[in-house]
Amino acid sequence: MAPEKMVHMANQIAVFFRSQPGDDQAERVAAHIKDFWEPRMREQLRAYIADGGEGLDDLVHRAALSL
Amino acid sequence: MTATMGLDDRDMGTPAREGAPVRLTIDGFSVTVPAGTSVMRAAAEVGLSVPKLCATDSLEAFGSCRLCVVEIDGRRGTPASCTTPVTDGMVVHTQSERVRKIRKGVMELYVSDHPLDCLTCAANGDCELQDMAGAVGLRDVRYTPGENHYDPSGTGARSQAEARLRMPEGEANPRYIAKDASNPYFTYDPSKCIVCSRCVRACEEVQGTFALTIEGRGFDSRVKAGAASDDFFSSDCVSCGACVQACPTATLQEKSVAALGTPTRSVVTTCAYCGVGCSFKAELAGDTLVRMEPYKHGKANRGHSCVKGRFAYGYASHKDRILSPMIRDSVDEPWREVSWDEALTFAAGRLRAIQERYGQKSIGVITSSRCTNEETFLVQKLARAVFGNNNTDTCARVCHSPTGYGLGQTFGTSAGTQDFDSVEHTDTVIVIGANPTDGHPVFASRLKKRLRAGAKLIVIDPRRIDLVRSAHVEAAHHLPLRPGTNVAVVTAMAHVIVTERLYDEAFIRARCDWDEFLHFAEFVSDPARGPEETEALTGVPAADLRAAARLYATGGNGAIYYGLGVTEHSQGSTTVMGIANLAMLTGNIGRPGVGVNPLRGQNNVQGSCDMGSFPHELPGYRHVKNADVRAIFEAAWGVPIDPEPGLRIPNMLDAAVGGTFKGLYCQGEDILQSDPDTKHVASGLAAMECVIVHDLFLNETANYAHVFLPGSTFLEKDGTFTNAERRINRVREVMKPRNGYADWEVTQRLANAMGAGWSYTHPAEIMAEIAATTPSFAGVSYELLDEKGSVQWPVGDASPEGTPIMHVDSFVRGRGRFIVTDYVATDERTGARFPLLLTTGRILSQYNVGAQTRRTENVAWHEEDRLEIHPHDAEVRGIEDGDWVKLTSRAGETSMRALLTDRVGPGVVYTTFHHPRTQANVITTDFSDWATNCPEYKVTAVQVGLSNGPTDWQEDYTAQAERSRRIIAAE
Ligand code: SF4
Ligand code: SF4
Ligand code: SF4
Ligand code: FES
Repeated sequence: MAPEKMVHMANQIAVFFRSQPGDDQAERVAAHIKDFWEPRMREQLRAYIADGGEGLDDLVHRAALSL
Repeated sequence: MTATMGLDDRDMGTPAREGAPVRLTIDGFSVTVPAGTSVMRAAAEVGLSVPKLCATDSLEAFGSCRLCVVEIDGRRGTPASCTTPVTDGMVVHTQSERVRKIRKGVMELYVSDHPLDCLTCAANGDCELQDMAGAVGLRDVRYTPGENHYDPSGTGARSQAEARLRMPEGEANPRYIAKDASNPYFTYDPSKCIVCSRCVRACEEVQGTFALTIEGRGFDSRVKAGAASDDFFSSDCVSCGACVQACPTATLQEKSVAALGTPTRSVVTTCAYCGVGCSFKAELAGDTLVRMEPYKHGKANRGHSCVKGRFAYGYASHKDRILSPMIRDSVDEPWREVSWDEALTFAAGRLRAIQERYGQKSIGVITSSRCTNEETFLVQKLARAVFGNNNTDTCARVCHSPTGYGLGQTFGTSAGTQDFDSVEHTDTVIVIGANPTDGHPVFASRLKKRLRAGAKLIVIDPRRIDLVRSAHVEAAHHLPLRPGTNVAVVTAMAHVIVTERLYDEAFIRARCDWDEFLHFAEFVSDPARGPEETEALTGVPAADLRAAARLYATGGNGAIYYGLGVTEHSQGSTTVMGIANLAMLTGNIGRPGVGVNPLRGQNNVQGSCDMGSFPHELPGYRHVKNADVRAIFEAAWGVPIDPEPGLRIPNMLDAAVGGTFKGLYCQGEDILQSDPDTKHVASGLAAMECVIVHDLFLNETANYAHVFLPGSTFLEKDGTFTNAERRINRVREVMKPRNGYADWEVTQRLANAMGAGWSYTHPAEIMAEIAATTPSFAGVSYELLDEKGSVQWPVGDASPEGTPIMHVDSFVRGRGRFIVTDYVATDERTGARFPLLLTTGRILSQYNVGAQTRRTENVAWHEEDRLEIHPHDAEVRGIEDGDWVKLTSRAGETSMRALLTDRVGPGVVYTTFHHPRTQANVITTDFSDWATNCPEYKVTAVQVGLSNGPTDWQEDYTAQAERSRRIIAAE
């Protein structure tokens, strides 16, 4: 998948969970990605983050720790 | 008449009533019926049919023909039995000398103005006038032909056959009106009309279109469609056929019956077009389908239908249908017709080779929302049990996946809460992002009937859909929001309900999580989320929004119906949650007349989702990560199930472009035409090494396919569809598959060519497997469906006959969950380059990508897709009605002709996507719903300008499509 598209999709998820109450938003982003993204996509996201993860929402960065 | 198995579907004369029991005696038989029942219906209940012409049980009695007169002890005269309600102790005589004489006289008058051409009439054997002449014992007509409507020659002929022999030059009888054959499916022959007005009443009461009137008085009365200059086709008639069905004579007659003769047998089955899921009697002579008649015991449609289900079945026998399997090594070669064995061996060999080379997860399937539950179940099973991965998705991805997510999160179940009958108990209806008169016509007719009886309507849609104002229906509020601002509007409504304290605290305390409510209430109470602050953004006047919110909260039973205008957005799932919030806030859940009701696009969208088509869910919406759920299927199928979610359709295409996804089995879907960003879909398909298309026609996706497996139509197989109300309805084999195999058999043969060893001999066995593995289907069997007609899931120990209304005492998930819905603007924004917002939809006569309806006479109503544009936007661009215009977005460009209309507001343009040449999806982008990847079809920033005709891309595309459709026939 084109990196910009992946970043866009991941950030959309982050934006939703940021609006939710509680202090577990990063976990919920991670859980959503685990539930819906196929391993190949998660792998691409991890690799992208390892490369600096430019443009990704901070919540996605934090979520990546538990991916 | 034709014999139908199962239920009695005699015409009882007048509609059923509910009321206290009333006991009376008719011709010596004692009968008990509900108060309000007519004497005619009561007589029919004991098998005594009173002669009748102007009455039929789909319409309120009218009492005009006087054929149904009876005598009642203690009453003077001879009252009409159709308009006389029963009373306790009444004693009725239906066959006295006196009434027999009256009836004979009435018939004699009718027949004196009717041609005696029965032997050659299209309705011969299916004509109530003929039947009644027999029933009353009419043996002679004593009147000599005088002034009449039937004799074109004006020479006193008694039959039209005779009149033709005597015909003078030119029109000789000024009262004679020639047949109107302008409608593609039926004719109107005024010379045979008895002016019973059943057609007029059917158009009003059943369909709600009011296209017909009775013109003139007395002997001069005529039925008229539209205004003086109109014929049927140019009038407001939407060709639903209700009038044709109601007509007792050959005056309104199906052309198919005129051509083929009266049917001799019938089979009850389910429409394969939209999510209403109407039941039909398919009426046949031998294996020739003569007519589709809506089935009056069908619980979704109650005897009504639209033009698609009733008339648009011609595609099943269209010459374009492919009946022989075909293969080719590469997509630039012509197709080669081969045997089934060769095609399946070729396909299986390629898929296995791809898996060996690129890995187990390099292939996948797409299930179809047009195929049966059983077929869909098998296709996802093919991926999970034979391919060994979860790469299964369905076109529901591109329409209602946010419904699954949003309602799952809030209520705990991925489905609508009501049955369609519920609308009869509604007081206030919100229709949001749906256009029922075009998309779900029979539901629209039922809704309009309720609106005419006084229910209030709120429409939330960028476009002024027909429901906003049509005959005898007017919305109390139309909120014409800017495309993409659904969440802001729905949240603003919650703001009004919370801040004005219009919410149902008792319900919320009893049924929902109170802490989550408090948080939600605080969130929506922020003035920034109120209608005044968001007006500039949404374009909805704050006062209107406030009034609408108040009406929904306080106007009695409130029901919300929504469609793809809600789901197909970046925030589709969020809007679904927002809708669920509104229903919980106002306590509008868990009883008739309320609820949250997604209107599903295709016939089996609900079913295909239920059956585990999604890559993360096994049948019954259970995530593949759950070991206990996997264990059920591992035990049933004897193979391990992958615990990781598979690829969704857009992900498959991305992975194909990326080189890790190489093979696809696509059943009954046309992703190249229906999915967004056509160029991206095309490059994904082009990158695959084995694309298997299983369909009726060489669709657009087949341009990129290596294997074509011919499909069967819904008329040619057994199975079930699940409609938008969770109703599981039987699809029955009406004729043998023209391609040789039902679709489930084809999937089974493909699986077996890959070594699966499946041995289903009938779809009933597949249903048994579904019931054994999926709790919501636990009690479903073909026996139950044959007995009940249909049932709504969940069907199990707690609800052995199904569940018409969900969440009655508690939510499926326990407590209802309020979820805050923060509005986030889509990244698809207008600007200097693309200043207009494009939104898309559908029209009545066409269905989805049009593969079926384009191959029927329905094309008469929609030859091409048009771009609706506001006159102001058109003027500044120098565009006039009918001009070719080019539509450009950041994804691509296409062209079509313009239609100037103020149905869309300034800044918004609208089109349909029924024709492949238009390629509306060339311009839609790859933005999608945040939770489910459901594409954002409903908002694309575009520019519109004059053009000379089709774009280069459209012409190249057409040329490529033609090249790729070449076929070399087998010897
Ligand atoms: S076909 Fe339907 S819409 Fe048309 S006149 Fe008849 S009842 Fe009315
Ligand atoms: S067209 Fe048929 S239904 Fe209508 S008034 Fe004439 S006979 Fe009756
Ligand atoms: S298309 Fe829909 S409304 Fe029309 S007949 Fe079929 S199921 Fe009914
Ligand atoms: S059927 Fe009763 S008056 Fe016509």
